[in-house]
Amino acid sequence: MTELLIKNGFVFDPLSEINGEKMDIAIRDGKIVESVSDQKAKKIDATGLTVMPGAVDIHTHIAGGEVNTGRMIRPEDHVKDVVRKTAITRSGTGYSIPSTFVTGYRYSKMGYTTVMNPSMAPLGAKHTHEELNDIPLLDKATFPLLGDWWFVLENLQKGDLAGCAQHIAWMMETTKGYAIKIVNPGGLESWGFGRNVHSIDDVVPNFDITPREIVCGLAKVNKMLNLPHTIHLHTNNLGIPGNYLTTLETMKALESVPNDGKPICHITHVQFSSFAGENWGNMKSAADEISRYINNHNHMTFDMGQIIFTDTTTMTADGPFEFTLYQLSGHKWVNSDVETETSGGIIPMHYKRKSAVNATQWSIGLEIALLVKDPWKIFMTTDHPNAGPFFAYPKIIAWLTSKKARMATLAKCHKKAQKKSLLPSIDRELSLYELAIMTRAGQAKALGLTGKGHLGVGADADVAIYNINPETLDIAKKYKTARKAFDNAAYTIKDGKVVVKDGEVVQNVDGRTIWLDVKTREQLKVDEEMKRKFKEYWTVEYENYPVFDHYVKVPEAITVKADV
Amino acid sequence: MSVINAVTCPICGCLCDDIEVTVVNNEVVKVKNGCAVCEAKYMGYKSEHRIRQPLIRKDGKFVPVPMKEAIHKAAEILANANYPILYGWSSTNCEAQRVGVELAEEVGGVLDNTAVVCHGPSLMGTQEVGIPTSTLGQIRHRADLIIYWGCDPWSAHPRHLERYTSFTKGRFEDSEWKSYLNKVKAAAGRKKVLSATRVAPKQQRATVAEEVVFNKPPETLQKEGRKLIVIDVRKSMTAEVADYFIKVEPNKDYELMQAIRALVKEQELDVDQVAGVPVEYIKEVVDALVNCNFGIIFFGMGLTQSAGKFRNIEVAISLTRDLNLRTKFLIMPMRGHFNVSGANIVFAWQSGYAFGVDFSLGYPRYNPGETTSMDILLRGESDAALVIASDPGATFPKRAIQNLVKHPLIVIDPHMNPTAMLGDVVFPSAFVGIEVEGTAYRMDNVPLPLKKVVEPPEGILSDEVLLKNILEEVRSIKAQKAKKAEVV
Amino acid sequence: MMQQKLHVTLLTGRTIEQGVGKEYGKSSHQYYDACSMVYMDAGDMQKLGVKHGSNVLVTTPNGSVVLKAVKHPRGSMSGMIYIPYGPWANSIVSNTTNSIGMPSFKGTPATVEAAPDQPILSMKELLKKEFGR
Repeated sequence: MTELLIKNGFVFDPLSEINGEKMDIAIRDGKIVESVSDQKAKKIDATGLTVMPGAVDIHTHIAGGEVNTGRMIRPEDHVKDVVRKTAITRSGTGYSIPSTFVTGYRYSKMGYTTVMNPSMAPLGAKHTHEELNDIPLLDKATFPLLGDWWFVLENLQKGDLAGCAQHIAWMMETTKGYAIKIVNPGGLESWGFGRNVHSIDDVVPNFDITPREIVCGLAKVNKMLNLPHTIHLHTNNLGIPGNYLTTLETMKALESVPNDGKPICHITHVQFSSFAGENWGNMKSAADEISRYINNHNHMTFDMGQIIFTDTTTMTADGPFEFTLYQLSGHKWVNSDVETETSGGIIPMHYKRKSAVNATQWSIGLEIALLVKDPWKIFMTTDHPNAGPFFAYPKIIAWLTSKKARMATLAKCHKKAQKKSLLPSIDRELSLYELAIMTRAGQAKALGLTGKGHLGVGADADVAIYNINPETLDIAKKYKTARKAFDNAAYTIKDGKVVVKDGEVVQNVDGRTIWLDVKTREQLKVDEEMKRKFKEYWTVEYENYPVFDHYVKVPEAITVKADV
Repeated sequence: MSVINAVTCPICGCLCDDIEVTVVNNEVVKVKNGCAVCEAKYMGYKSEHRIRQPLIRKDGKFVPVPMKEAIHKAAEILANANYPILYGWSSTNCEAQRVGVELAEEVGGVLDNTAVVCHGPSLMGTQEVGIPTSTLGQIRHRADLIIYWGCDPWSAHPRHLERYTSFTKGRFEDSEWKSYLNKVKAAAGRKKVLSATRVAPKQQRATVAEEVVFNKPPETLQKEGRKLIVIDVRKSMTAEVADYFIKVEPNKDYELMQAIRALVKEQELDVDQVAGVPVEYIKEVVDALVNCNFGIIFFGMGLTQSAGKFRNIEVAISLTRDLNLRTKFLIMPMRGHFNVSGANIVFAWQSGYAFGVDFSLGYPRYNPGETTSMDILLRGESDAALVIASDPGATFPKRAIQNLVKHPLIVIDPHMNPTAMLGDVVFPSAFVGIEVEGTAYRMDNVPLPLKKVVEPPEGILSDEVLLKNILEEVRSIKAQKAKKAEVV
Repeated sequence: MMQQKLHVTLLTGRTIEQGVGKEYGKSSHQYYDACSMVYMDAGDMQKLGVKHGSNVLVTTPNGSVVLKAVKHPRGSMSGMIYIPYGPWANSIVSNTTNSIGMPSFKGTPATVEAAPDQPILSMKELLKKEFGR
């Protein structure tokens, strides 16, 4: 029995409605408990410090084929950011696509304890899990890409929602996945022959189905399966001027799906889906329109996909979008289509303040985050590494909590972008409480991770302690001081163990990989069908396709009982 | 007797996973579905050429030693070395490769895999211009134009055509097997007619005719359905089954590709031929390229090992990039060893770099030509080496091997191969994919499980376990050293 | 016209026999047979007066090796010779890596001459000769 007592910190725990109250947090055997023995427990004096649940990242590309190909093609990305071996930690490299060990260390240093890898080709699932095993200090889960999987297209085209649900359940278990990821629905199958879809009502070649039918169908399927997270959607026409109309249409289409007042869809990196204008010359922010819609509806959640001004690497299953970036930039371009399932692409990208488009994108992300009134609806991400590396999060925190900080950055941006930006008109500065929602509580809730994102009794003992005294430090004014505090957590506690102290990793532990074991009524029948059809669809054998148990080093299976 | 299905063949980058192996009394007696090389491996694994026990070279002769002694000796060599090379890794599983990275990091050595002598230049090419590619099933389902350039799958990846390209049926494209058989029949018929009417001796006539006349592309090159083009310096086995074979002059692939790029961009060429190929024929090939629905270039050592090396790959990929502005076109290297892709992948996720990783400064560093094992050996800079799951003794140029054997050489391999014959400390290891399970990555980076179908011979350990033991021993030697230093 | 020495372009590479041989074990006779040979153009063999199956000496700036000459079975490859990957090929291939790690295994100059009286070394003999072990 190991006990830990975090004494006297200012606790921000929105799911328990605790807002900066001075209190103790007791931990026993990796869980939050009511109390521990004051004599026996190891103590951390958190007097004058901010205590939050460990942070959660709902969308970060950290493992798997696409990420690793990014590493392989970008030695120039690593050479400027090297990490030495120590007695405790392994060596590695950054920058925008850090090696696995470095990924774990850097997240943990910022007080993160749970991250979601949102993009996994099912055929490469073993690879993703092998890499996740090598990312220490974090709990992880990964989302299989299913929006263009032939079995989904075929079943939805037939109108067989239950059949589709059975297949998704099979896939969730087979790939040890956590949520349904949909990327440019219909576009990825079209990309198999070099084409794309351009509206939610375009018909997918060879399959006679539209993106609207895919998204709404899978939202319904998600409900039938009782999955903890909603469908996780990267919209059509992402990254194209004028695409906010597609985004609005998608959100409206989803109104038709019954929702019991709860979210039924998460639109990820919404910044990339909120461009107004007709071309790159007159591209501008649609943050106003998008956030107005969000404020008036409750069936969706979002994350930012905030741009960071730096040299990074874009990588997405949206193969046709990466092809567009290739045409625009001429930069080195990876395309990686996956048989019967999905596609993918990579383009390095340097977001520049002096680019009107990039600066406008930067502004859009912050505008939406600040214009959406309810922090439970929108979460902080960079869609790592697409809009910027995850370790830039403290910069975003500064922009969200300090008008002074964002105005200082805006002043350095392209004039055209400055003039169009809505940021000067927005005075909102997020409180630590709101920040805790956007960086942990809201994310955990949207993911349906009941043990995460809060410090209530029974929660996983994942805690972040920052060197911020809310009584004496005005983070809106002293944003640089606050940023440093968020860069280097005073303590990060994973499962009740101190793993980071003063921004340094002091102990190396493995996190868990969370996956869904979805129980359906006709599991065996589906399995038989898959066995029979397998050779027609894939070039590997049915027997060799699954992610076997030994591919997950520290598994945490969540059993879900489906309605089908 | 037991029959094991869906066994993954641990030989080439095709990683065929439909092999059926029959085992009697812990011995493979039958293999089904595999190619000739596959059968040779499953029959040859138990051969007399295996290493039976750990060996240490003493006074020029191998002496069998207990495992513990060999592990200590190997660890001592690595712990005391200043700049050791840890080379190979391509014929073992990812589990062993992971330990390999940790060992290289621990001893501050250079970690390199066989990509350096096969597709290292391809990786460098992708570092210049990226790579539009896919998994092999995409080709099977969709490709109507297949090009093998500087590679001969019939010899090196024998089931590639049958499983992934011309001779397999996909959702949108049919197998060309039947029409190939018809073609063979027709050719045999023609031959009969010719030989009946021929006056001059057969051989001479054939030679003369081929030297003078460059075959015109057949009309079938513009047809619907799957087409196969082979481009090589000599008529390979694969060229025999192609719709069109283009014989390029040695070392001139780069020129030919640039000419094709120019024509794809609708520029004119003011020469009659490029790399020995008439421009009018190249134009017909270009028509086939831009008019296909889905094209793919597979390339091999013919590009990576001849003049131009990684520049050949860069231009091949650039051609593919250009073609994507006209149609769908992809490209893929024909990876050789069954898990060389895995070695690249594991090295990259742990260190950021796919091959040629130098840990001597305490962090990973990569600079081809400087940190690649071949160059280090040719310059004679290393002072020890561990070779595992590969055979530089049979694959490196002479001077590199001469320098390799100047310093202590540790070898881990199931077979007594040339490198093992040259070693100082030699470990037998179990056959991965036969006696040891694990993971390997196919040439298209698809991970597949390797099966254990029989028990390894008694006392013979897996690569992974051997490496873990060596790593542990290295750490204990270093700890003792540190202690001694403190006392002093 | 018969020639003493032929200037050719040296290629090394994979053959299926070499692939099969290496899996039986590199000390196997299959491997020896598959790798201690050189494919030549029929016309070139005529020029040198070399018969199918007789020995030739292949020389490059890096060394010489005796191999069995085998007629290339498909199409012309005049001016080229092809040696399967293996220790025999590697005793003469180029060391030049152009500073990228990859030696020039294909497309370097070599000469071939008839060597009916010179023996082809076994693997052991070859290793002994080149590396003293």
